Amino acid sequence: MQFKSQAVAKPYFIAAIGLFVGQILFGLILGLQYVLGDFLFPAIPFNVARMVHTNLLIVWLLFGFMGGAYYMIPEESETELFSPKLALAMFWIFLVAGALTIVGYLAVPYATLAELTGNNILETMGREFLEQPLPTKLGIVVVALAFLFNITLTVLKGKKTSISIVLLLGLWGLAVFFLFSFYNPVNVVLDKFFWWWTVHLWVEGVWELILGSFLAFVLIKTTGVDREVIEKWLYVIVTLTLITGIIGTGHHYFWIGTPEYWQWWGSIFSALEPIPFFAMTVFAFNMVNRRRREHPNKAAVLWALGTGVMAFLGAGVWGFLHTLAPVNYYTHGTQITAAHGHMAFYGAYAMVNLMMISYAMPILRGRAANSNKSQVLEMWSFWLMTVAIVFITLFLTAAGILQVWLQRVSDAPLPFMVAQDKIALFYWMREWAGVAFLIGLIVYIASFFVGGDEKEAA
Amino acid sequence: MSGAFTKSMARNIFYGGTIFFFLLFLALSFDTHSQLPKRDMRANITPQIAEGKKLWEVNNCIGCHTLMGEGAYFAPELGNVVVRYGDEGVKAFIKSRPKEGIPGRRSMPQFNFTDEQLDAIVAFLKHVNSINDANWPPNSQG
Repeated sequence: MQFKSQAVAKPYFIAAIGLFVGQILFGLILGLQYVLGDFLFPAIPFNVARMVHTNLLIVWLLFGFMGGAYYMIPEESETELFSPKLALAMFWIFLVAGALTIVGYLAVPYATLAELTGNNILETMGREFLEQPLPTKLGIVVVALAFLFNITLTVLKGKKTSISIVLLLGLWGLAVFFLFSFYNPVNVVLDKFFWWWTVHLWVEGVWELILGSFLAFVLIKTTGVDREVIEKWLYVIVTLTLITGIIGTGHHYFWIGTPEYWQWWGSIFSALEPIPFFAMTVFAFNMVNRRRREHPNKAAVLWALGTGVMAFLGAGVWGFLHTLAPVNYYTHGTQITAAHGHMAFYGAYAMVNLMMISYAMPILRGRAANSNKSQVLEMWSFWLMTVAIVFITLFLTAAGILQVWLQRVSDAPLPFMVAQDKIALFYWMREWAGVAFLIGLIVYIASFFVGGDEKEAA
Repeated sequence: MSGAFTKSMARNIFYGGTIFFFLLFLALSFDTHSQLPKRDMRANITPQIAEGKKLWEVNNCIGCHTLMGEGAYFAPELGNVVVRYGDEGVKAFIKSRPKEGIPGRRSMPQFNFTDEQLDAIVAFLKHVNSINDANWPPNSQG
């Protein structure tokens, strides 16, 4: 690696992968609870397992983003990290806080956890994805600020590239919009309205800036295409992202008590949201086709191409599928949403982190790329996990279509649980696809431990 | 992209476009806030309803159910549950959940709520049901 301080990224990447494994294991528990309703009940009820599944996802992605930033920023800024010690200290604080939170979810009833952790002082808990106790939320703010301080000062003392600037905007946006998680008015409509300022403006806004800058960085490194060209593309992509995604928030304001005009704003702008993902895919393929060098790390290039395609399918196509208000009237809050969520998160954010890890980890371990044997295994894991998520998405989509029909459209709408029983076959198939995903993940981890003749450090 | 379109042009469009659309979003949000009092029934919010919302949150109900379509998809929509079962029906259901669950079935945990807490939860759910949410869900099954 070019700068010694880039090494702090390594523990972040390892923690990210570890938490990813936890996320998938809890995903399998959830999938089984869909068909064997009493599985692990009452020890781990569905809501607890789901909280662990989604919170682990968020935390491992954040570990990945931080690790990626710590790796990338010194190289972009052409200077050592402002404070590697601070980065390492924040790693341990974040890991311990995250672990304690998960233990808290599993060890005591959620209401007790709320009581013990000061939810009465400031009520922020019990809202989807923002279930963390107050001390954890405050911890996230502290870690985020220390991280941003570290990264920002590194950029300020070094070279300021467009990739760094876009990343900084994304990371600062992430921190700023998280602050809405502390606002929980008693008026449930306002509560929901601003809840989306964290959730939507993260995943369909500022996180895409992080995604774009990571992708641009890895493409510069692996293809050798001129930085001017890549950075121009990056600006075009993030422009398309924000001009569609910000007003696109409106697709969450159809049925929560907000005025009906959001059905127009939300439908039109979110119908355009696939465009930036399409541009990202074209971008990645274009740059790889115009490559000026053959980078020995083929696996990283595969992840880079994959993240564009899968983000376009999951976020773009599966998002569009149910985003128009007249369609969403019937699909809102069904398995269609779950289908979209799974492929979008995997395609956009899991894969971009795996891309960064794939590119950076061999270098952090003192080689330009892993051995062929290791890369072949990693590529197998790419296909196993990616095909598995496609099937998870297809089965959930099938379940969702049937659910919508049975429960909402047919002449004699069925009660929720009656409809659920009728579509159990698709939940079983989803679970088996989930097992395939886990196998892919095991292969992925195995690829780190396969030797062979590694490529010399560049 | 042709050579005439430079990186600095792309950057300027990025900043300009982002600021414009963010301001537009703020303007729409501002307008929404002026209209909300007629739709969100805030004038009717009592301490009991506030207590019900708190109970909803600290028991992580959204981890299984949806409320106005948002949440998890493991258990039924509750924004209109009072229409399906009535106040007493909802309370009786919550109260009667077996502690160890129902063999082979999805079960709701037994939360051991007091009668006052059950009243608060129902008051909250009735309040949510009264919100003008553009006629969603399509039918009473949620």
